[in-house]
Amino acid sequence: MYSYAVRGLTRRHRAPDRVVVANDRIDLDIPAGEVFGILGPNGAGKTTFVRQLMGLLRPDEGSIELFGHDVLARPDLPARFAAYLGQSDLALAELPVATAVETTGRMRGLSRAAAKAERDAVLDELGLAEAAGQPLGRLSGGQRRLACVAATLVGERPVLVLDEPTTGLDPRARRAVWAALQRRRDSAGVTVVLITHNVLEAETVLDRVAVLDAGRVIACDTPGRLKAMVDADVRLDLAWRADPPADDPTVRLLGRDAVVTGRRWTVRMPSERAREALAQLTTGPAFAALDDFSLATPSLEDVYLCLGGTSRDLERT
Amino acid sequence: MTVVPATRVEAGTAAAAAQHPAVAAVPPAPPGRTAFLPALGAVYRGQLSRGRVARMPLLFVAALQSVGILVLLRGVVDIDDATVCAQVVAGSTVLVVAFVALNLLAQRFGELRAAGALDYYLTLPIPRTAVVLGTAASYATFAVPGVIVTALFGALLYGLPLGGLWLLAPVSVLSGACLAGLGAAVGLLAPRPELATVAGQIGMSVVLFLGIIPPDRLPGASWVLRDLLPSSYAVDALTESFRPDASWAAVGADLGICALVAVVALAAATAALRRAGTA
Repeated sequence: MYSYAVRGLTRRHRAPDRVVVANDRIDLDIPAGEVFGILGPNGAGKTTFVRQLMGLLRPDEGSIELFGHDVLARPDLPARFAAYLGQSDLALAELPVATAVETTGRMRGLSRAAAKAERDAVLDELGLAEAAGQPLGRLSGGQRRLACVAATLVGERPVLVLDEPTTGLDPRARRAVWAALQRRRDSAGVTVVLITHNVLEAETVLDRVAVLDAGRVIACDTPGRLKAMVDADVRLDLAWRADPPADDPTVRLLGRDAVVTGRRWTVRMPSERAREALAQLTTGPAFAALDDFSLATPSLEDVYLCLGGTSRDLERT
Repeated sequence: MTVVPATRVEAGTAAAAAQHPAVAAVPPAPPGRTAFLPALGAVYRGQLSRGRVARMPLLFVAALQSVGILVLLRGVVDIDDATVCAQVVAGSTVLVVAFVALNLLAQRFGELRAAGALDYYLTLPIPRTAVVLGTAASYATFAVPGVIVTALFGALLYGLPLGGLWLLAPVSVLSGACLAGLGAAVGLLAPRPELATVAGQIGMSVVLFLGIIPPDRLPGASWVLRDLLPSSYAVDALTESFRPDASWAAVGADLGICALVAVVALAAATAALRRAGTA
């Protein structure tokens, strides 16, 4: 059984002078009980995609089914099946955390007593109990985001759709959110659809991930299988403190394949060759110009870049 | 709520979930929509709690402005003309409602819409009417302290009888509903948040100008505009309440018009919110 089945989803944004295709013929199936991620750089069309899943935007073409129901024909259904965490928290900014969570629970149909009980439970779960009385606007950015996550989790739904739930969170809060999501999936079979541009998040919590670039799904599989696609290659990062000697054969060879950002070079190559190149660099004349280097096994970011992803603003921490 | 059984049959691999979606599992029935009254209560309570944080703009600025106008005009108007004095006090009192319910609410909805923050409400299983009514009611409530302070201060300053002031209750409720409805509609319909702010401020200035100046002294044909402005009926009703021989039929008719405009404006705001939700 799929919680979401998406076919041929296309949405264009019309600016006065041009038309941008934000989502381009997206096909995706998200089985119930899966933690499904959408990874991609800014502007890839991730938010446009999930806003259509929530019935907030109408697609220009294509269809969305939610547990077999046609979302376009019944736009009230996503709000009933799914809880949504958007990017703006302005609606809750001046509310005390406890009130924000409790009134959201009431709006999801909880009784007064149940809303209070769930409020306390979810604030404890996310480590927010101490901030309960404070208005969201007076909290740090991370805690504010965490409070919005709490409001999304209250009044359990079979589906959670989260637009960058952990942006701005410190590592501990981030892990609390990941644990909370996995707990709901394991105990109640909740489906989680989450947007991220954080590679670590994608590799840690997602069952499957769709990689989005310029409105298209360029890959969709488990993080492990995606990484296996580029398994043979490793990433060699070099930082130069001065211009490297151009006549050095290793430098010339690496320079041909490197992606250069300022004084940083990134080269993807088979691990055997990378080790050789590094050995020659560190023993040859180029070493004097070398400031720092690292050799890393592939991450989802490498998958993204290997698949032709163009932007470079994925996070790694 | 129906619970969806987990699809993953083996502990661990995500691949299993991808390959073996639980075919036998029954799709959950859609959770119900939240009934109107609890939803209205929750929106209202949430909005009201903002008053503690945004106390200054929401509660005090409006009253200070109106009290200032009362003091200013005390030196200008003929204090022996009870009708003019009643008009000035009633106009200043309704101005408090216009400031909060029309101006601030238009700004608020304009900002929420521009920031994409309406998504929060639009993705909750509640009737749209509850969002508009709950927010409008909270802004009308924020106006209450200012209304009472302004009316009492004005009546004392201009030597008006206090006996009819009970009328403040229906006047502030109905003018609040009517102006908040207009404010919400303006905020939700304005294509840009700056326009919502400007429209709210112009609306408030019109209420100030046409509400406080007695109708027989208005220049040119601006009495037509005054008759078209719903707040004028609230001002007229309140002006009546300061007279010893108040015509309750006129008060009833004035308040009826306020109520009618309130219904239309709130319906328009609800429709605008619905439209904002399916862009």
